[in-house]
Amino acid sequence: MDIRDVHFTYPDGRKALRGVDLRIEHGQRVALLGPNGAGKTTLALHCNGIYEADAGSIHIGALPVTDANLPEIRRCVGLVFQDPDDQLFMPTVRDDVAFGPANLGLRGEELDVRVAEALDAVGAADVAGRAPHHLSGGEQRRVALATVLAMRPDLLVLDEPTSGLDPAGHRELVDVLRGLSITQLVITHDLPFALELCERAVIMNDGRATADGATADLLADQGLLHANRLELPFGFDPAVARRDNRPTSPR
Amino acid sequence: MGAGHAHALYVHEHSPVHRLAPQVKLAAAFGFVLAVAVTPREAMWAFAIDATALAVVVRLARLPVAFVLARLAVVLPFITFAFLIPFVGSGERVDVLGVSVSQAGLWGAWNVLAKATLGATVSILLAATTEIPSILRGMAQLRVPETFTAIAAFMIRYLELIAGDLRRMRTAMTARGYDPRWLWQARPIATSAGALFIRSYERGERVHAAMLSRGYTGTMPALDRRVATKREWLIAAIAPGVATGTAITAFLALM
Repeated sequence: MDIRDVHFTYPDGRKALRGVDLRIEHGQRVALLGPNGAGKTTLALHCNGIYEADAGSIHIGALPVTDANLPEIRRCVGLVFQDPDDQLFMPTVRDDVAFGPANLGLRGEELDVRVAEALDAVGAADVAGRAPHHLSGGEQRRVALATVLAMRPDLLVLDEPTSGLDPAGHRELVDVLRGLSITQLVITHDLPFALELCERAVIMNDGRATADGATADLLADQGLLHANRLELPFGFDPAVARRDNRPTSPR
Repeated sequence: MGAGHAHALYVHEHSPVHRLAPQVKLAAAFGFVLAVAVTPREAMWAFAIDATALAVVVRLARLPVAFVLARLAVVLPFITFAFLIPFVGSGERVDVLGVSVSQAGLWGAWNVLAKATLGATVSILLAATTEIPSILRGMAQLRVPETFTAIAAFMIRYLELIAGDLRRMRTAMTARGYDPRWLWQARPIATSAGALFIRSYERGERVHAAMLSRGYTGTMPALDRRVATKREWLIAAIAPGVATGTAITAFLALM
């Protein structure tokens, strides 16, 4: 994915993106860090053309994000929304996971295989017949991921995937994401989570990418974190955490 | 499908009625109610036949009788009104247990009582033997316009969420010392209804974005269509068939 000098202003006049540059190579897992209101979610919604940039360009592989390419872009960029209640809207989990691939034209057995494969990948095969609003927070989050995986995306964009998860749900999600060999852009302000999952991190503040480097290096730079309204949890030392729990990059 | 956590009206069973295709059950329920509605009220025996037919279906569906009766309580408010009709009705009056009541009103009350009870029993039966996703699929199979089924599906999916929102807003109000109980305290309720509308609208926008992200182009994909067999249609036609036959006979008998 190659994002070049993207600008975006909301209809109410609020400038959300003021020239973002970001390049992610195939197979990388990158954390996008930043305080609330930095423009992280806005940028995510640009990745698959929900929002159209006022200026600048976004390419997914060789494909520019333009109206003509939207169907293919939306197939290959899987966007997982922050609130699973926004993502899961069908009466049953199975139907919800089938929604994406069915829009791609899959039917019958082929569709069933996709659904089963996606639910297996997140360890949620046992809840297929349930209603999404009857699942636990952790289950909802993993099913939301499955709805996107069912489209076999080349790039996953996850918006605050750990918000509202209990520690066990957090652990399960990390395991699932680590097991996937798909390029990932993980939006979060959960810094330990970013360190655990991603070797590289990009910090965004006020509509711009302000820092880009190894996650461990960025988190060790107190001045940089403070300047971008980011804080490590009390007692968390990135140097120690990194020694104990080395992130592995996919493939 | 649907292990656990089905809706409150559903009774988990494996009966022949549960197994019927949903579109067949929907059509049968509609047909039965229609036949009951047009049955002339003077033909009391006709309603007895209809009630017997329903009792047989309840038995086949292995529904606890107590469950059906408890659910039938929803018609009580209507029946209370129905019981007022004989006292306020006009026209020829008759004495019942020493009280003078209107004869036309008496028939009116009977009409409401019989038809409301039968109609409610049919919907209880349908809801107890068919899960909501199946009902929606059945509607789609019966060529109900997709817009309606989609709206119904979204409503069912998000109703609980919106109710939860409302509950939290109410709790937040109570927590800050406000507990509206009376009509003249309705202002905060109206304000929270407005806030709820905005929240739901914004939720709608986010859900739409999520749908677009997964390739939605304006039509819901048709999933898992179950085709009903001729045999299923025939079996399901028995109860509404009985009711229709009864209604026609009742008409002819009264002519």
